[in-house]
Amino acid sequence: MSAPGDLSGKTLFVANRGEIAVRIVRAAKALGLRTVQAHSDADADMLAVRLADAAVSVGPPQAAKSYLNIERVVAAAQEAGADAVHPGYGFLAENATFAAAVEAAGMIFVGPSAETIAKMGDKVAARNAARAANVPITPGSEGRLDGLDAARAVAGEIGFPLMIKAAAGGGGRGIRVAHDRDELARLVPQAEAEARAAFGDGGLYIERFVPRARHIEVQVLGDGTRAVHLFERECSLQRRRQKVWEEAPSASLSPQEREEICAASVRLAEAAAYKGAGTLEYLFDDEERRFSFLEMNTRIQVEHPVTEAITGIDLVAEMIRIAFGAPLRLAQEDIAITGHAIEVRINAEDPAKDFMPFPGVCGAIHVPADVRFDTLLYEGYQIPPFYDSLLGKLVVHGASRMEAITLLREALARTGFEGLVTTLALHEALAAEGDVIGNRIHTNWLEEWLATKPFEATS
Amino acid sequence: MAKEIRSPLPGTFYRKPSPDDPPFVEDGGSVEVGTTIGLVEVMKSFHEVKAEEAGTNVVFKVENEDPVMAGHILAEMD
Repeated sequence: MSAPGDLSGKTLFVANRGEIAVRIVRAAKALGLRTVQAHSDADADMLAVRLADAAVSVGPPQAAKSYLNIERVVAAAQEAGADAVHPGYGFLAENATFAAAVEAAGMIFVGPSAETIAKMGDKVAARNAARAANVPITPGSEGRLDGLDAARAVAGEIGFPLMIKAAAGGGGRGIRVAHDRDELARLVPQAEAEARAAFGDGGLYIERFVPRARHIEVQVLGDGTRAVHLFERECSLQRRRQKVWEEAPSASLSPQEREEICAASVRLAEAAAYKGAGTLEYLFDDEERRFSFLEMNTRIQVEHPVTEAITGIDLVAEMIRIAFGAPLRLAQEDIAITGHAIEVRINAEDPAKDFMPFPGVCGAIHVPADVRFDTLLYEGYQIPPFYDSLLGKLVVHGASRMEAITLLREALARTGFEGLVTTLALHEALAAEGDVIGNRIHTNWLEEWLATKPFEATS
Repeated sequence: MAKEIRSPLPGTFYRKPSPDDPPFVEDGGSVEVGTTIGLVEVMKSFHEVKAEEAGTNVVFKVENEDPVMAGHILAEMD
């Protein structure tokens, strides 16, 4: 019998692709594990396959028939003699059925229990769990409103502006924003009538409206009993709800606010008996200085490197150790912030052509040696067209936010991928933009900036 | 000499606008210049494939949801 957390001679099956598969294979090898990499038929020559000790096909190019095929992936892991399965992010990473199937097949799922994944994946259940752990949630009516008087009562509690939504709504119909009591009195009957006409149901509910919110998320690590936080990231620069630039720590929080949001996150993680690496996402209204819980991601995230940069902790290695039964090695007082880190996502897309995908062949790669670059690229690699467009993540770490931005500008100027069209030029423009430098951003800022100032390629 | 419609992009070819809809063009059907014959999904974004010339008796050479490369023949017609 080996001791809990003993990794020697164990095999890890990597059930993902791209840069995160590379990241997991490298972390697992450093821990002394044997690695088996899953791949689709279109990914047989990907970097993670080249780095892993062994590789196995899990099906045709389409993700639905390979990386998302639970039976096939579990069977491949079993045949490979895997002790554990790492799901990465995306694909099956937050699929409770997959986690349960991995365990039913006698292997370790690197992540929380299927039960925790299911609970946090359900928005109402997650909201209830947050409320029970005294974590702030978006203020609003509890369920349906009953008439204007009830609406006034909720407005009295949560204040203006607020959003009136059709309970049976969808597609943005039946939504009104009220800024004061008069508007509320006028809009509630209107919204009711519209909801009845559109959905045959006049039921409404109310939520606080935050027009200029920031996206702030807290990284946690738990061992099923105890949890710690690794501070927060700010990911307010988004296009089509995809993050493009992430920072740690957030420059928007006071030390007091940081302490509150991080403590709240640890409360919820411990209440959920959380095991592994997880992230609690919040909306932050920096005028009202209020944050509200959105959801929990029960997996490693794309932007985890900025947290690793400021804390010096290898999140992927920790989640693997915990999965194999080791108790959390870190106490909260062991974790401190050093400096400021920024990650930019480099995608195979042309920002000058409305972000048209560019699945080309990678020529020579030029990346400065002194910055972290998590990537799936190598010279001569044909980028397959079947998956998302993320090619890599450039991560800089400076003493201050301004120093990090300066380092980012220098790094971007020295970075290039021959033969490819990427979003590098977008990041060069962002790193020179006054609102970004001055941290005057919110989750709609990038879309608005792109709309009013059509992006032109600089190279 | 049969006319060909080729994929302008690499990716996954779809013959239908959505899984529950009928195909854009039935086998044996005809197309005008600019008729949409399918979609190519490349890196999670969808692009319409249009016929560049008119034709009749369209015969598809790839199945719905088949992977295709740029220049791959999608359909032949008279």
